[in-house]
Amino acid sequence: MVDVPGWGGNLAGQHLDLRLTAPDGYTAVRSYSIASAGPGDRVELAVDKFPDGEVSPYLVDDIQKGDELELRGPLGGWFVWKPEQTESVQLIGGGSGVVPLIAMVRSHAASGSTAPFRLLYSVRTPQDVFFADELRALAESSPYFDLNFVYTRAVPANWPSKPGRISREILEASTYPASISPAVFVCGPTGFVESVANILVALGHEPTSVKTERFGGK
Amino acid sequence: MGIISRGFSGRSREHNPDLPPGQYLAEDFPVLSAGPTPDIDTADWSFRVQTESGKQYTWSWDEMQALGLEEIHTDIHCVTRWSKLGTSWRGISLDKIFAGIETENAYVMAHSYGGYTTNVPLEDLLDGKAWIATEYDGEPLDPEHGGPARLLVPHLYFWKSAKWVNGLRMMETDDPGFWEQNGYHLYGDPWLEQRYW
Amino acid sequence: MMPRHVDGNALAGPLSDLFAFDVTCASGRCVGCGDVTVLARAMVYEDEMGFVARCHLCDSMLLTVVRTADGAWLDLQGISGLHVAL
Repeated sequence: MVDVPGWGGNLAGQHLDLRLTAPDGYTAVRSYSIASAGPGDRVELAVDKFPDGEVSPYLVDDIQKGDELELRGPLGGWFVWKPEQTESVQLIGGGSGVVPLIAMVRSHAASGSTAPFRLLYSVRTPQDVFFADELRALAESSPYFDLNFVYTRAVPANWPSKPGRISREILEASTYPASISPAVFVCGPTGFVESVANILVALGHEPTSVKTERFGGK
Repeated sequence: MGIISRGFSGRSREHNPDLPPGQYLAEDFPVLSAGPTPDIDTADWSFRVQTESGKQYTWSWDEMQALGLEEIHTDIHCVTRWSKLGTSWRGISLDKIFAGIETENAYVMAHSYGGYTTNVPLEDLLDGKAWIATEYDGEPLDPEHGGPARLLVPHLYFWKSAKWVNGLRMMETDDPGFWEQNGYHLYGDPWLEQRYW
Repeated sequence: MMPRHVDGNALAGPLSDLFAFDVTCASGRCVGCGDVTVLARAMVYEDEMGFVARCHLCDSMLLTVVRTADGAWLDLQGISGLHVAL
């Protein structure tokens, strides 16, 4: 959680750039998706730690309550969902790529939107799920939100299938079909987004209705 | 300067006389890419030098290798501030390539598969200062690092060592290449920190 | 090999210093193939030397942004026109 005086809120799906500066003037800038949405000066980020990275280990291990950060945002007006949108929405997230999609799910719930929402979340193991309790609670309480998981390394007990990567079969079974023309948002590592977007287009989705956000993994 | 991030040091930037100013020591070999990595089979590879008369000199992969490979031990310095000391390469000296070429021009534009260009003065390519490198650390050069062949001009910032190089064009004037058109220094001496214009 | 690029969305930050509007939502025409689409759909290579945006269809270079010591260099030679919603 970051308190940003004068932030003034952000749309669901936007990102920010965070700049770290070392005492000798060395700087590193990284982009992070925002997990929160709506008005207010409090911003929630979820950061995946890359052990060899130079920024994420600092954010995960070293930063303390009360530390100041320099950031720029909110950024990006393309990969966003607005409560006034009424069409069905299919969200597909890989790993920490779920973060901007969480913001959309939260915005959808907070606004009382009746647009059908569905999230397909590809994650390594059940322990790696971000915001697990919140997502499950929303899926149980809302008739307008469906939640599906794909586990790539380890599955929960009694899960009907083995772990595996997202496939054409899974996308056909667990996402809205192209026939209802949903808005589709795909976010994750570049390879994940590439393969999902290609399959979606092969399944008949209009390329322009599939919005993507890839992250390199630095 | 902005807010100092308490406890953030980034990469270690120890003092080392072999490091040019503003550089840090890299353990790994970072990959920079401005586009997709081209996939070039050595059977299809060719290298061309074009002079002001319009004359073209070309080498196939085998012809280039037949010029003879040299061992190169050198430090490399990237403008994004990492340096790698004591790297080992094998490559063909540009002295051998230029031995039979007639030109009055003093500048060279290096061209690569994928469209990348970079400009270098001819004198910086001669007298044992530059190579067409085809091996790194005892292995054929990885496509990520510019394989099958890259220019190696280690006394200049590493963007001058064009990856996937496939030709040199002689120029009368020192025209800017790709990064040089976009704010980077025309020459790029790491010891003088010639990063930008 | 893993593709390394990200999406045009990633340009929102670097370009926010240069433009008063969100350029990633503007539509650009590719000089290479004539395709017109929002910049957010470009393929962006976050080379640490600078950002290089390429056409998502034909791979042509659309624009580059380089942060230098005292400013930024923006090269738009791959875009022959920009449509901005007003």
